[in-house]
Amino acid sequence: MEKSIFAYQSEPTEYIKSGDSGAIEALIPERFLQRQEPDLPQATEQDVIRHFSRLAGLNYSVDTGFYPLGSCTMKYNPKINEAVADLPGLAGVHPYQDEKSIQGVLELAYGLEQFLLAVSGFQGLTLQPAAGAHGEITGILLIKAYHRLASKKEKRRIILVPDTAHGTNPATAALAGYEVRQVKSDEAGDIDLADLKQNLSPEVAALMLTNPNTLGLFEKNILQVSKMVHEAGALLYGDGANFNALLGLVKPADLGFDVMHFNLHKTFSTPHGGGGPGAGAVGVVEKLIPFLPVPLVKKKGEKFYFDYKVKHSIGKVRSFYGNFLIAVRAYAYFLALGEEGIKKVGRQSILNANYLLRKLKDVYEWPYRRSCMHEFVITPKTGWQVNTLDIAKRIIDYGYHPPTIYFPLIVHEAMMIEPTETETKNTLDEFSAALLSIAQEAQTTPELLKKAPVNSPVGRLDEARAARQLILKYEKAR
Amino acid sequence: MVPAELKYSESHEWVKQEGNTVIIGITDYAQEELGDIVFVEVPKPGRELKQKESFGVAESVKAVSDLFSPVSGKVVAVNEELSKTPELVNKEPYTGGWIIKVELSQAGELSGLMSAEQYEKLIKEGH
Amino acid sequence: MEYIGNTEADNKQMLTEIGVSSASELWSDIPQDKIVTQPLGLPAGLSELELRKHLRNLSDRNVNVEDYACFLGAGAYDHYIPSTVPVITKRPEFYTAYTPYQPEISQGTLQSIFEYQSLICNLTGLDVANASLYDGATALYEAAHLACDHTQRRKIIVSRALHPEYRQVLKTYFSDAGIDIEEIGCAQGTTDLGELRQKINDQVAAVLVQQPNFFGCLEEVEELATLVHEHKALFIVDVYPVSLGLLKRPGNYAADIVVGEGQSLGLPVSFGGPYLGIFSCRKELMRKMPGRVVGETVDNQGRRAYVLTLQTREQHIRREKASSNICSNEALCALAACVHLSSLGARGLKAAATASVIGAHRLADGLKDLPGWRLNFTAPFFNEFVATAPVEADDLNKQLLKHKIIGGLNLGRLYPELPQSVLFCVTEKRGPEEIENLLNILREIKQ
Repeated sequence: MEKSIFAYQSEPTEYIKSGDSGAIEALIPERFLQRQEPDLPQATEQDVIRHFSRLAGLNYSVDTGFYPLGSCTMKYNPKINEAVADLPGLAGVHPYQDEKSIQGVLELAYGLEQFLLAVSGFQGLTLQPAAGAHGEITGILLIKAYHRLASKKEKRRIILVPDTAHGTNPATAALAGYEVRQVKSDEAGDIDLADLKQNLSPEVAALMLTNPNTLGLFEKNILQVSKMVHEAGALLYGDGANFNALLGLVKPADLGFDVMHFNLHKTFSTPHGGGGPGAGAVGVVEKLIPFLPVPLVKKKGEKFYFDYKVKHSIGKVRSFYGNFLIAVRAYAYFLALGEEGIKKVGRQSILNANYLLRKLKDVYEWPYRRSCMHEFVITPKTGWQVNTLDIAKRIIDYGYHPPTIYFPLIVHEAMMIEPTETETKNTLDEFSAALLSIAQEAQTTPELLKKAPVNSPVGRLDEARAARQLILKYEKAR
Repeated sequence: MVPAELKYSESHEWVKQEGNTVIIGITDYAQEELGDIVFVEVPKPGRELKQKESFGVAESVKAVSDLFSPVSGKVVAVNEELSKTPELVNKEPYTGGWIIKVELSQAGELSGLMSAEQYEKLIKEGH
Repeated sequence: MEYIGNTEADNKQMLTEIGVSSASELWSDIPQDKIVTQPLGLPAGLSELELRKHLRNLSDRNVNVEDYACFLGAGAYDHYIPSTVPVITKRPEFYTAYTPYQPEISQGTLQSIFEYQSLICNLTGLDVANASLYDGATALYEAAHLACDHTQRRKIIVSRALHPEYRQVLKTYFSDAGIDIEEIGCAQGTTDLGELRQKINDQVAAVLVQQPNFFGCLEEVEELATLVHEHKALFIVDVYPVSLGLLKRPGNYAADIVVGEGQSLGLPVSFGGPYLGIFSCRKELMRKMPGRVVGETVDNQGRRAYVLTLQTREQHIRREKASSNICSNEALCALAACVHLSSLGARGLKAAATASVIGAHRLADGLKDLPGWRLNFTAPFFNEFVATAPVEADDLNKQLLKHKIIGGLNLGRLYPELPQSVLFCVTEKRGPEEIENLLNILREIKQ
């Protein structure tokens, strides 16, 4: 437990000279001014640094250890990316500067777009969305605009999502005003073709599909799915959260996707920041280009410029041009790996996941018995006196971050494990040894798991109390 | 476990008749499935409900469950205690954890609800 | 350069243990004719040394606010960032962590977000704040969306003195969604109260204004709030957080939702992102609030600790019924704002605001005396103001660049009714000598 930043009583360091505050009253009428100063911390620089450094020490992170959080692609974040994102000619550029004074910035954005197009097979792209879910709403608004222009009469008011989908998919579709219908998965873990057929109609605008899906399985009927969706006049939306498996191996556009968002903070090594900033670029096939948000970055001769003349543009989904400094990091990642390195990413991530699965599949329950892609789902064996939460908490005691738990929703007690390509065999060996040891404990000393974690800064939290009492800000009186 | 004097719906609400009004809550089975209840959203008194219409939600830390009215009628009272102590639904699902009182507009609907015996059978089958 | 640690021998051994003869057997579910065989067309990989040179090269081709004196604002502000901020945000324990789903090993992120929420509430004077949204524009959209949901009304009124890009974002999101957006014009640089009085009625969910507004002018927020509340609509105010070092807190004039672009709290201008969407509201609206929220609780030994709470509003639980689809937000940017405000304290924030206001008025005073120049509006302003130039704004800015000055925003492109107008911004980073220098150069620029 670390004390609150509001609990300090030292003298704030003077970063900015106070100047003549008496002059303000001559410039701004009194009715606009606040008499009482806002309640901000009273801490000197040393206290501030110690406070936040101590908080940092309470966090687990990729830089401190293995982080096999499924669907989150917690790969290593190269340090050079951080260094170049701080360059003054990148971090210090104002978004409204004249185009002539930002040629380097535009070249970088244009370059990253070309790289993303090269690995995805799409023809058009926007870097404007700030995160994956933001990319989703952008993509769905593109689809909506496309259908609206294609036919004024027919009303496509439904979006289909599989029962394995990330929660953002149905939330996005609903936000865009669509009715959401769920499509079942079959016994092999693929989207159920019969159920898909049943749900497709002239009222369907799109199917939102994650491939590999959240079970870590490649949708092996993808070409058939794509054919069925397109024959119904709908479009195929790709949730790119799991694109890491396919990077350098398959281009989503070749599988029939019409639009897909990329999570630069997953696939392209930019850090997650404790929950952002990410970046959610969106790639589209030719026929959706006229709907992309403005502006687009274009090149004429050696000059780069912003093009605001996009015929049927949906407008803007964010101020300015997106999370540019995240794009800088992704650009650096592409340049570092290059053609050969990028081709290894998906392949190595699949190999690492299958290796880890091999080590665990006989000891844990393995519901979908197929080779996995970049991640896989296992569960505790029936009969163990512990649940997935207990196992996850015990993993903390062994010095690792737990996997994603209780997702996907269709697997009871799911544990979704994604090792990523940057982990070594040695790390995977050590982690699997820990999980095997926990499986042993689950059967012999389950109370160890029930009490876990004990080796963490705090123990299990009373989440019900947090939700009932709702203390959402610091209150001095308490 | 399942009080014999109450009527039950397939969506796990219970109904207790008191003259022309009924008291509605969720069953012990339902609260157990949801886990620690942290918030119950209730309708405003005066609202007209149709049978099977959603009248509120019960939330645990990581789940949400819609509440459906087993009968049609006007909401005449809500359990104000739940705003401060939603855990009453966990602790006393059939008494202190009641949720709303409804004045019946279609008294005949009551006969269509399940008996305790029928409901017990339903939850044994795992619905 | 690749970030893969396994050797070929490791891989071979792994394949043997899995029991396949070649890795391609692992992806046999993929249609074989779709596997990439042709080159992707990417360049060859670079060493770190080469990479750094390449990026340095690109960086050097951009004018930037470190080397030039910047008088450009309009939603992105060149304020001073204490040296404490990057020291903390570059701590790998913060920036390489994920969303704090496992609270036992994420107390650093969780407590910093809790403190950020507290600071935002104290600045805005509202009851609750979330853990951040993408930026000011999307925060404004989320506020309008919440207002429509809460009031069950389908019309919003937006001031034309609100950032043009923000209004564009609203239009994009609400297009074809059954929500009407009506714009209210300006008189003397502020929202036209008379026009609002005519247009507001009991079908309006919310009225959206910016304080100070896009032109830098101060809106008569108290009068606006009264009018809006007479119709039981919500009053949504988009604030410039630095201004809250001096200006009245929105909670004091009964704003219902306060949003804002938090970039000015410790983030560089960054060519537009990553930024920070601030969102705070009254307690009654809390359960419809978008995004993550951290709450205080205790652990199993009674120790104070923090955890994500009110999660049933969110997409991972409520799916199509969620209050928003947001998942990843701008947590690290919220940390930057938290460290920024903690370092400055109330006095430091006030100092930044005061110096910015004084500088802007110094520049405005000098400009209005220059031949051919005039100030467009008479309304009181904060640290931005609009002036009409004797020459085209683009030409003016081209000349200024030669003097290592980034001039103000050419407003004519966004507001055709304001030809040859420039939106100037002054922050505490612009000293009196830089303002003098700008005035001297402008005096020389002829029609």
